[in-house]
Amino acid sequence: MRKVNQKGWLFVLPVLLLVAFNALVPMMTVVNYSVQETFGNNQFFWHGLGWFEQILRSERFHAALGRQFLFTAMILAIEVLLGVIIALSMPRKGFWVPFCLVTMALPMLIPWNVVGAMWNIFTLPDIGLLGYVMNHTLGIPYNMTQDPLAAWITVIVMDVWHWTSLVVLLCYAGLVSIPDAYYQAAKIDGASNWSVFRFIQLPKMKQVLTIAVLLRFMDSFNIYTEPFVLTGGGPGNSTTLLSIDLVKIALGQFDLGPAAAMSLIYFAITLFVSWLFYTLMTRHDVK
Amino acid sequence: MAKITLDKLRHSYMPDPKGPQDYAIKEINLDWQDGGAYALLGPSGCGKSTLLNIISGLLQPSEGRILFDGNDVSALPPDRRNIAQVFQFPVIYDTMTVYDNLAFPLRNRGVDEAKVTARVTEIAEMLEVTEMLRVRAANLSPDNKQKISMGRGLVRDDVNVIMFDEPLTVIDPHLKWKLRSKLKELHQKVGVTMIYVTHDQTEALTFADQVVVMQDGEVVQIGTPVDLFERPAHTFVGHFIGSPGMNVLPAEVKDGAAFFSGQRIALEGAIIPGAGLHQIGVRPEFVSLAATGVPATVRKIMDLGRHAVVEALAGETRINAIVEGTLPGPGEAVHLSFRPDQTRLYRDGWIASEKERAA
Repeated sequence: MRKVNQKGWLFVLPVLLLVAFNALVPMMTVVNYSVQETFGNNQFFWHGLGWFEQILRSERFHAALGRQFLFTAMILAIEVLLGVIIALSMPRKGFWVPFCLVTMALPMLIPWNVVGAMWNIFTLPDIGLLGYVMNHTLGIPYNMTQDPLAAWITVIVMDVWHWTSLVVLLCYAGLVSIPDAYYQAAKIDGASNWSVFRFIQLPKMKQVLTIAVLLRFMDSFNIYTEPFVLTGGGPGNSTTLLSIDLVKIALGQFDLGPAAAMSLIYFAITLFVSWLFYTLMTRHDVK
Repeated sequence: MAKITLDKLRHSYMPDPKGPQDYAIKEINLDWQDGGAYALLGPSGCGKSTLLNIISGLLQPSEGRILFDGNDVSALPPDRRNIAQVFQFPVIYDTMTVYDNLAFPLRNRGVDEAKVTARVTEIAEMLEVTEMLRVRAANLSPDNKQKISMGRGLVRDDVNVIMFDEPLTVIDPHLKWKLRSKLKELHQKVGVTMIYVTHDQTEALTFADQVVVMQDGEVVQIGTPVDLFERPAHTFVGHFIGSPGMNVLPAEVKDGAAFFSGQRIALEGAIIPGAGLHQIGVRPEFVSLAATGVPATVRKIMDLGRHAVVEALAGETRINAIVEGTLPGPGEAVHLSFRPDQTRLYRDGWIASEKERAA
């Protein structure tokens, strides 16, 4: 029998405490709110699962959830594809490597609300560079504050601009770890470029790609600041994603119970989809 | 299968080489006969791998030509040269099964599936991996992975040459021997030209019919393992092959005879006239303790079981002798005698005594 060293727990303890106080304890208060009704004065009444039922049946929630999935699916498809393509076309040796890496990392260094503000100004029809060029130089009507389609395109382009780099850098790290001998062997075996990608590069990128997809899913599914600063959820409710809707309910209408129930449902969906992605993407590794 | 000719081959990794010191390969002219088992032997950094990559087409030589059966292939990419190469670390397509790995080079060349099956089965049989064909290649042990990378070379029946770049580096010592004899056996069965690059003399001497010894980008000697051992053409070969290597003693040449510390040393034959730095070379196997000869003091004795290596000092020069039977003690004064037909003169490193014709 191998003796298990129990000292490990001691080292995990500080992190456990930290997570408990910044995540678990606040979440318990949310659970507390989600099953109670309040009329102010700090008086609470038991409400059971009523709020959960209400949220799950609400059309407003369904609409926000639909928009959320559409947004996440679109940015995932674009960013993963684009990220892999850019990573493949980046030089792996020589003078341009640091230049490419720094350029790629730049968008990720900009804070979320600054990105939102930048794109807001960038797209203003009369003074923003993009807005002006579209409307006055190219003659294409473009006004994000009035046209839902324009608003959607702008939110997606902004996210792609901000976060494709993450996928690129992770994939690039996977690519540079492939020894030259693999490419040489493939050349000698007469492999086509597609085969090299399919049988050498993709398998090496798979693990980092799993991480990239998970990170991008969680981040985009919980996105708040950028679209809030850019469109405020509008025009109308057309870009009101789940988190924006949640903040409206919790802080705008101050409906603590429904907001708490919605948070928990939101959290459960994020957790479930992350688990689903992870299981699907790593299912071949076991054996 | 083909005869491979290297014609005035030179290579430099620098864009603008100035002199011989800038060349990784300094003019090589060489013929590799069809179906031969060759070893390319030399210390790390002597240009073996560079030469290999030039033959396979992964590297374009700065100057010179490569001919396969007289056809110039210098400008062809690796896949059109029809060669195979096994690398230092096993290269395996992780996501494929062993079968698909072996079939890969054939499928890429559009061979029909019935023939692919036949070839893969045949090669798997030879390599004794038949029962692993359905296993994912990623799950194999290093020696089996290396077998599969060899198999990817063998599976093409029209391959011109298979090259091995130190293929046993990551293999456990007790499996090295097995894999090496497997390789030798495969060579006899298939008859493809094989070039085996290594810095390990045992690997080279056991695998190859012909060994090409390289040093500093130059070919120093080509010969059978016996040639290299018995009559090294250069003091480097004498030193590099053999354990311990050949004794190299400073020598003087006067009136057609060689002298070491004042004593005349009998050589294998006449000295080729010329001037330069002279050295006498004799292997420890042919140095014995005798009543007369070069006086020396015993410094160290390494008992290796069946025989012992006696290290003695004659003046400033260290001389190794392989001795069986009674051993002298350290510090003892002895006389060393060299077997004349195995004692040679070298001038500026190259052999300068003539071989006595057998009577």
